Amino acid sequence: MWRRCLLSILAAWLAAATPAAAFIAYVSNEKGNTVSVIDTDSWSVTKTIKVGQRPRGIEFTRNGKFVMVAVGDDDKIEVIDTAIQQVVDSLPSGPDPELFTQDAAGKTLYVANENDNTVTVIDLDKRVRVGDIQVGVEPEGMALSPDGKILINTSETTNMAHFIDTATREIVGNVLVDARPRFAEFKRDGSELWVSSEIGGTVSVIDPASHAVIDKIAFSIPGLRREAIQPVGIGMTRDGKTAFIALGPANRVAVVDAATHKVSKYLLVGQRVWHMVFTPDEKYLLVTNGVSNDVSVIDVAAQKVVKTIQVGELPWGITMAPQ
Amino acid sequence: MSISAVTPARTGFSFAQYLTCLNGIVWREALRFLHQRERFVSALVRPLVWLFIFAAGFRQVLGISIIPPYETYILYEVYIAPGLMAMIQLFNGMQSSLSMVYDREMGNMRTLLVSPLPRGYLLFCKLLAGTAVSLLQVYAFLLIAWFWDIAPPPIGYLTVLPALMLAGLMLGALGMLISSGIKQLENFAGVMNFVIFPMFFASSALYPLWRVQEGSPVLYYVCQFNPFTHAVELIRFALYGQVNWMSLAVVGGCTAVFMIGAIYAYDPSRGLIRRSPAGGDA
Repeated sequence: MWRRCLLSILAAWLAAATPAAAFIAYVSNEKGNTVSVIDTDSWSVTKTIKVGQRPRGIEFTRNGKFVMVAVGDDDKIEVIDTAIQQVVDSLPSGPDPELFTQDAAGKTLYVANENDNTVTVIDLDKRVRVGDIQVGVEPEGMALSPDGKILINTSETTNMAHFIDTATREIVGNVLVDARPRFAEFKRDGSELWVSSEIGGTVSVIDPASHAVIDKIAFSIPGLRREAIQPVGIGMTRDGKTAFIALGPANRVAVVDAATHKVSKYLLVGQRVWHMVFTPDEKYLLVTNGVSNDVSVIDVAAQKVVKTIQVGELPWGITMAPQ
Repeated sequence: MSISAVTPARTGFSFAQYLTCLNGIVWREALRFLHQRERFVSALVRPLVWLFIFAAGFRQVLGISIIPPYETYILYEVYIAPGLMAMIQLFNGMQSSLSMVYDREMGNMRTLLVSPLPRGYLLFCKLLAGTAVSLLQVYAFLLIAWFWDIAPPPIGYLTVLPALMLAGLMLGALGMLISSGIKQLENFAGVMNFVIFPMFFASSALYPLWRVQEGSPVLYYVCQFNPFTHAVELIRFALYGQVNWMSLAVVGGCTAVFMIGAIYAYDPSRGLIRRSPAGGDA
């Protein structure tokens, strides 16, 4: 009996002592023209990959083998092979690609071209451009509805979220939001679409069915001017309960109850916090701090910032391999 | 002279006797502390005013930079918490020394000093008692600070204890050394202004030293030579489960020096206490 007890204690101790599975994050450094590779086991940069000019939007391919990064000033999307951690290929896009999203199967890529007022559609298997969709001025935020039928694009200057039918590639609805919409994110169940407005300082919650703004999340941090609060990146937990919103030069990430749309907490991170990604186990959230050139790590359950890691110059986007 | 004749030789005391003495002194200090509720409240109010009012106002002014032992950006409140803990100990150290001046004026000190146990041991017990009281105050402060979102890692509450003990002893010993040169209770207020405020402000308690260096390199060196800076840093690192060896060495060394100085000063045949005729009943 006691031997069994001892064994189970030993097993528990071994389980506790085994480090959590290590994940790898890729961070695009807009000014440094590099991509920093972060190991989540040691929380350190293990490699810096040279890429094209002005890398911003960054995402893993669905098979987890490649990382695509939009290099705006080179007017293309570069492809990094994660096995050798080098740029091995590139995809065509319109001028100045900024953010992009892909369908669930990883076959079609939709790219927002900031300088061209278009969204480019790329066939990822053939690696060719298969179409362009005209949208508002300065397109940026991109999101695909969970059923893959509706593509959202936000245009920074037109201040709209465009609803695009992915089958016909036609705009089926436009929703006016506050100034400079930067980013769009669907709830996992597709019931709500959140759009952040950088200058407006709000996040609009939109009903995707009726295309109506049903709520607006505003922020207020004691001691900070309202203009300093500029929401950009949005991250939502899989259970749809909690959302994290990067507030740019406010140097804070807002923790929002996704059901009630109420802000519960502000977490202090580095300067000009921009985009974010969860680790696949959702234990941590990594956010990029552009001006302070680092990435802050948030413990999701504890809602606490636990570490900050130096990366390259002006970190912008961040991605992690799907598990 | 006659006292030494009837006093047993100063050797051969049992451990139990030493304990009885320690117990007596600590208990007296504890009772005194418990009976002075205002003192406890005022000891807490002081750092809390700094925390809630001063820190709230300076939140945005200080700028951000990650310095050890912190691993990420912190709010100003979090930064000054260890400084305020040390401030509690600084005030407490001075206050318990103040009570020695009072004891001397009231004549209670004679009772203490006629004890056959070594004087150094008596003074050390007195220091320990003062430090124990300051620990109570610091942990009460930490509890309130926790509700203010100043939450170091749980292990930090334990690892900070030895640092607090050492810092408390150093500041208590310093207070004792200073109190030996004070003839009257009234004079102590002046010393408080000349010791507490310069020590507190010229340290890393309120602003990181890199920030001080940017403003004034001279002040930076003053801060470096201030033992209070090292007490603050020792506490700061210990609160996050780390050891700042440099600060540990400085605080340890200063504790020894101040302690020896105080024992010397409280020796009636040689020390500074001599200047205060008849035990201070002037």
